[in-house]
Amino acid sequence: MATITWKMEDGSEITADVKDGLNLMEAATANNVPHIEGECGGCLSCATCHVFVEPSWFEKTGEVDDIEDTMLEMTDVEREDNSRLSCQIIASPALDGLILHVPEPE
Amino acid sequence: MTAPIVIVGAGQAAASFISRYVALGGEQPLLLVGEESHPPYQRPPLSKKYLLGELERERLFIRPLEWYQEQNVSLRFDTRIDSIDRERREVLTSDGDAIAYDKLLLCTGSSARRLPAAIGGDLKGVFTLRSVADIDRIAPQFKSGHRLLIVGGGYIGLEAAAVARQLGLEVTLLEMAERILQRVAAAQTSDYFRNLHQQHGVHLQESVRMSRLLEQNGRVCAAELESGEIIDTDLVLVGIGGSANTELAQAAGLDCDIGIRVNDVCQTSDPNIFAAGDCASFTRNGVTVRLESVQNAADQGDLVARHFAGEDVHYSALPWFWSDQYDCKLQIVGLNQGHDRTVVRPGSSEGSLSVWYFRGDTLLAIDAMNEPKSYAFGRKIIEAGINPTPQQVADPATDLKALALGK
Repeated sequence: MATITWKMEDGSEITADVKDGLNLMEAATANNVPHIEGECGGCLSCATCHVFVEPSWFEKTGEVDDIEDTMLEMTDVEREDNSRLSCQIIASPALDGLILHVPEPE
Repeated sequence: MTAPIVIVGAGQAAASFISRYVALGGEQPLLLVGEESHPPYQRPPLSKKYLLGELERERLFIRPLEWYQEQNVSLRFDTRIDSIDRERREVLTSDGDAIAYDKLLLCTGSSARRLPAAIGGDLKGVFTLRSVADIDRIAPQFKSGHRLLIVGGGYIGLEAAAVARQLGLEVTLLEMAERILQRVAAAQTSDYFRNLHQQHGVHLQESVRMSRLLEQNGRVCAAELESGEIIDTDLVLVGIGGSANTELAQAAGLDCDIGIRVNDVCQTSDPNIFAAGDCASFTRNGVTVRLESVQNAADQGDLVARHFAGEDVHYSALPWFWSDQYDCKLQIVGLNQGHDRTVVRPGSSEGSLSVWYFRGDTLLAIDAMNEPKSYAFGRKIIEAGINPTPQQVADPATDLKALALGK
């Protein structure tokens, strides 16, 4: 279990306890986090679950592999150094307290 | 009280419509009516991870059941809509209930084509693969050592072949056309997947016609080809395409062709009735198209919600698709219909390449096999209306990112 917080651009927040093994795109849609769509179901084809990881947490979220790195080029809001596709972040106790910032497409 | 917006069919398009409608603060009540017992679920993993047993059912759900309740969406599952009374603006359930609607959104999807009963299409052990119930029936029989015969070399058949090989079944795949994927892809893409499946031990036969399935005690036991060859099997999976579920719309007198005809806001010939997803047909580049894809279902559902919310939107989304087979990730962007030239771009690693489709100088579509850069930057290139030359595409030294940025 990990407690995850999504912070929106308007200052609102959603916090949820996420079961180990679920990816954070699934967790976001289940908890009604806006702007996280996950159309491809987490198979790295749509780039609609883009988040900015709170920088102090970035390394703990794991490696960005080549496919994810490429797909991050397709996000609606341009990627930054702390960008991840949240379908590739898997909940575990190590992520308890993680903060994700949700970009808002224009 | 105003009548609700009634959504018929609980699939991707419905989920996408509801998500957007709720997110935009839509105030009309929503009622979702579905024939199955589940909230809308993702279909693509059915023939991949779900069949492989790597994904539990709840994780297929696009949103958990409670989410709909939290959003005050009324749900009626296990319910079939038998007819639409356009005059009274009501739909009638198979239980005989009349449900009034203010607006109606048809998300009735598509159905797998079956083999005719006369040639054994109804025998036990013959399956199609479209719903979670289909997989729940077939999965217990996907056991190591069993023989599986797949009829049809489209994406569903190929994905099932990959899963079956991974689970240790002996797999034969029959394609009637000259090559697998003939209807949807260029020869180079077919060649790639033929090689991939042969390397994984699939007995793949093209240009073969099956005359009938043979039975033993009511259960399929073999297929007979027109050549007279008999192929013994334990299971048959039929993957010969699908057709739009238009019966309801047709009976109500809505314009239908290969699907329920819609305009660029997904409105049917009745201004109070909309259609989205696999069941809808529309005009793209002067051609009537109907798409069976998550992208189309999600984008059309989303668009109808925006239209209802008063946004000035028109459907023009660039189609994209994907397929996973063994360790190959296929990503497709664009529609290749009408192409007159294909160009192969060598991949950056072994087992990777992309096929680029042109009509004249216009880049239409890309099939990218283990080549996400071609897909990601190719999508940007097509969206930006940049038309690279075939020479640029074929040259592995061409920087696709720079091309996408117009540099």
